[in-house]
Amino acid sequence: MVAPQPKLCYNGDSFCLGGNFLKYIKQVFIILAFCLLGELLAKIIPLPIPAAIYGLLGLFIALCTGLVKQSAIAETANFLISGMGILFVAPAVNILAYYKLIAPALASICSIVIFTTFVVFVVAGLVTQVLRKKEGKENG
Amino acid sequence: MADFLEGLSLFPLALTFGTYQFGLWCHKKWKTPLLNPILVSVFLIIGVILIFGIDLGSYQAGMKGISWLLTPATVCLALPLYNQLKTLKKNMGAILAGVFAGTLTSMLSVLALCILFRLDTEVTVSLLPKSVTTAIGIVLAEQSGGIGALATAAIVITGNLGCLVGSALCKLFKIHDPVAQGVAFGTASHVVGTTRANELGQLQGAVSSLSLVLAGLITVVLLPIVCMFL
Repeated sequence: MVAPQPKLCYNGDSFCLGGNFLKYIKQVFIILAFCLLGELLAKIIPLPIPAAIYGLLGLFIALCTGLVKQSAIAETANFLISGMGILFVAPAVNILAYYKLIAPALASICSIVIFTTFVVFVVAGLVTQVLRKKEGKENG
Repeated sequence: MADFLEGLSLFPLALTFGTYQFGLWCHKKWKTPLLNPILVSVFLIIGVILIFGIDLGSYQAGMKGISWLLTPATVCLALPLYNQLKTLKKNMGAILAGVFAGTLTSMLSVLALCILFRLDTEVTVSLLPKSVTTAIGIVLAEQSGGIGALATAAIVITGNLGCLVGSALCKLFKIHDPVAQGVAFGTASHVVGTTRANELGQLQGAVSSLSLVLAGLITVVLLPIVCMFL
């Protein structure tokens, strides 16, 4: 079996491989449409909820109801999620601007971050474990 | 030198991608969550900015080219949420309860300690969403009057901590149930913890990635309520 050769074609603007490029345009469009829906809802509804959360819930409902198929966004969604880390670099660098505010409280901030992380980890784990054991007993 | 570098409009993007790539390389080479690519990249960029005296505003202006991607990336979290919900339906009760208990504990313990240490309201609000994934936490902090930068730093460090000591905590507190382990990693240390949960097992990883999105959604609801006490 010879793998089918991707065909180089002109899409009106640049050269690309097969129909791939157009597929991504559609995927990006679907995702942007839900972002826009999110922004719209955030403007209309007077709650302190970020636009992205409305978009997330909207897309989730669309996936559950079958309005949007998983395959219609999969590649672009996975690309965005796996590359998300680099988007947090610039916001974190901004900490330079707040150095004066944070510096005197640095020790307390660090101890709060460390201590609460441990507590949350243990509470979340133990609550789930206890409930699962209970459920297991009731079912069995 | 500063003027010259500030004049190069693509310098901030190249610097960010370059240092992030270096961070990824370090992470791969030494395999320790201490060397998180985000942390490595942030430290190097702050170093470059300070050494060459580059204006922070011009760096941020150069990063506008990709910063808008944060909203679509967050919206896409709907996909893993949908996928995990399908497979984890019968464990949903315990998972939801665990994530809710963890998230509530996070906010209340942060709030109590910040009041104890007499921290500024601005700082407190930035630390409150520290257990949720950065994409959600950063926007939440800013919307509630906090500092996005501090929230990001606290979130990234929280993620690394959970990743670093999670397994030890599981042993110490006898958390052996794989679903419970996943909930603990996802709720306490979001995406970074999820990578560690994935190493423990596929079930742990799936539960963790579900928990991190649930924790984000619960925080969205709880944060405005907790902020009323400030």
